Amino acid sequence: MRHTPILRFVAKRVLFGLLTLLVISVLIFGVTQALPSDPAAVMLGRDATPEAVAALRHDFGMDRSLPSQYTHWLGGVVSGDLGTSFSTRLPLSEYITPRVANSLFLLACAGLVSIPISLAIGAYAALKRDKGFDNASSLVLLVLAAMPEFVVGTLLVILLATFVFKVLPATTYLSPDQPPWADMKGLVLPVLTLVCAVTPYVARVMRASMVEVLESDYVEMARLKGMPERTVLLRHALPNSVGPVFQVIALNLAYLAGGVIIVERLFNFPGIGSALGEAVRSRDLPVVQFLALVIAAVYVLTNLLADVGTVLVTPRLRTRL
Amino acid sequence: MTVIDAGHAPSTPSGSASVLAVDRPPSVLRQALRMRRTQIGLVVAGVMVAIALFGPYLAPYGAREYVGSPNVRNAPKTRFGTDYFGQDVWSRFLHGGRSILILAVCATILGVGLGTLFGLAAAYARGRTDELLMRALDILLAFPQVLLSLVVIAMFSPSGFVVVLTVGFTTVPRVARIMRGAAIGVVERDFIGAAEAIGESRRRVLFSEILPNVSATLLVEANLRLTYAVGLIASLSFLGFTPELNSANWGLMIQENGSALTVQPWGVFLPTFAIAALTVGNGLISDGLSRVVAGIDRGKANV
Repeated sequence: MRHTPILRFVAKRVLFGLLTLLVISVLIFGVTQALPSDPAAVMLGRDATPEAVAALRHDFGMDRSLPSQYTHWLGGVVSGDLGTSFSTRLPLSEYITPRVANSLFLLACAGLVSIPISLAIGAYAALKRDKGFDNASSLVLLVLAAMPEFVVGTLLVILLATFVFKVLPATTYLSPDQPPWADMKGLVLPVLTLVCAVTPYVARVMRASMVEVLESDYVEMARLKGMPERTVLLRHALPNSVGPVFQVIALNLAYLAGGVIIVERLFNFPGIGSALGEAVRSRDLPVVQFLALVIAAVYVLTNLLADVGTVLVTPRLRTRL
Repeated sequence: MTVIDAGHAPSTPSGSASVLAVDRPPSVLRQALRMRRTQIGLVVAGVMVAIALFGPYLAPYGAREYVGSPNVRNAPKTRFGTDYFGQDVWSRFLHGGRSILILAVCATILGVGLGTLFGLAAAYARGRTDELLMRALDILLAFPQVLLSLVVIAMFSPSGFVVVLTVGFTTVPRVARIMRGAAIGVVERDFIGAAEAIGESRRRVLFSEILPNVSATLLVEANLRLTYAVGLIASLSFLGFTPELNSANWGLMIQENGSALTVQPWGVFLPTFAIAALTVGNGLISDGLSRVVAGIDRGKANV
């Protein structure tokens, strides 16, 4: 019975997340539909006859009322029928799902690498507060945080793939139907760029949180009790400073979902970034809508995990449930 | 937020300033300027701003002038050779910063102005209005800034007007969050109640009582947002969305000359270092300011 409050809390958060997604889906649908230019006319080109445009609009269901189009679209997304791409005429599940998988893999790699690194940097900088490591790391992180991803990526290419060291390929060689791990070496630079983009933020919050915890009464108490420093840090300081960091990790993972658009373009990685660019240009609404929904879902999901994670690691919040 | 936390800020003089709680922007600037990193940032960013603004007058060739065969590193009569299209790299570099900088400044003014307005209004209104306003803005946060800007700009046109509007509006919820957080402590203070009691209008309370008390946070936020706006607008140009076709633009230059990187590196080197210097210089200034204002280095979410 002890676990019920937590389960109820999780259920409430999931419900709220789904509600947010529903609002977002209405927003995506509304905005993309309201945009000027008729996709059917764009698809058929300049000299299409009005009849051909009307026929195409009928084929794609664009002649129905907006609410009916929306429910049809949402029903399709929920049941796994994602519709058909306007420009390639392929079903989305065939054309876009592998790319989404590629990008999610890239995102997961970046998260798995950057989270432990940034937590470690932040914690260590807090321990060595105002000493060499703290100052040096804060400056490096500051520089990395200021630059846009494509500049960091270009600098990495200059440094690691072309001029200074020639150890890594400058682009990914991956056809969309290959699994993303088929070219691990080509994955290094994109992942590294994304890691550079988010590590500064997480590390800084971790440092601030750890500094606060290290000055708290219970850490002093633990020290005064004569506990070895190692135990003080690992048992008392670290677990308590991680809580507030979860929210920032979530925000940053969601931010990465935008960062991949740039990084994929830079490294020629076949993911949602390149697909989105093309889709936007050719007014491929089903693709744009679906990708926007996927990216928003990443945001909702990471926030959900962060909320639940924060409660689980913070005893004070856990008992309040 | 405006209270200087002397315990965390060894570099700020504890004493009168921290007791007064209301600190005035000039003193924040002056304190920040005493820091080495702010000084370096100011010099670096200043040089890049000067290049961006005055470069076009110094350029030996026009931005779209054909001067020789493409991708030649030491083409005659050029300083850094020619680019992918046979244009002078040095001239295009000198022309390439102005539009990014001007658009970024406009977008920042729009986004930070509106964001501050919403944030302060939400904090002052409290209750239902606050909740509703912030929830509505939160929904926008679900979309990364790049994604929203990309979709809107591509659907309409990459004209300067559209770029400023989209980058500005996507900045609004992010700024509103921070400014609301800064103002929420101020609206609880007695002088706000006193101002209301003597019959000051709500608008006057908002702008003459609350706003001056969050001006330090506003200063940091504005500078930080300018850094991000430069980065975002450069990124959009990198993706090919520039106001004019084949205009000289640092972001676009990196994209255009990327494939010839090993043959003619200058076409990529110059704009890359320019954007890096501009954003890092600005970031150093932000960091100096936020150290003075918040007392601790700001662990800020990347939103």
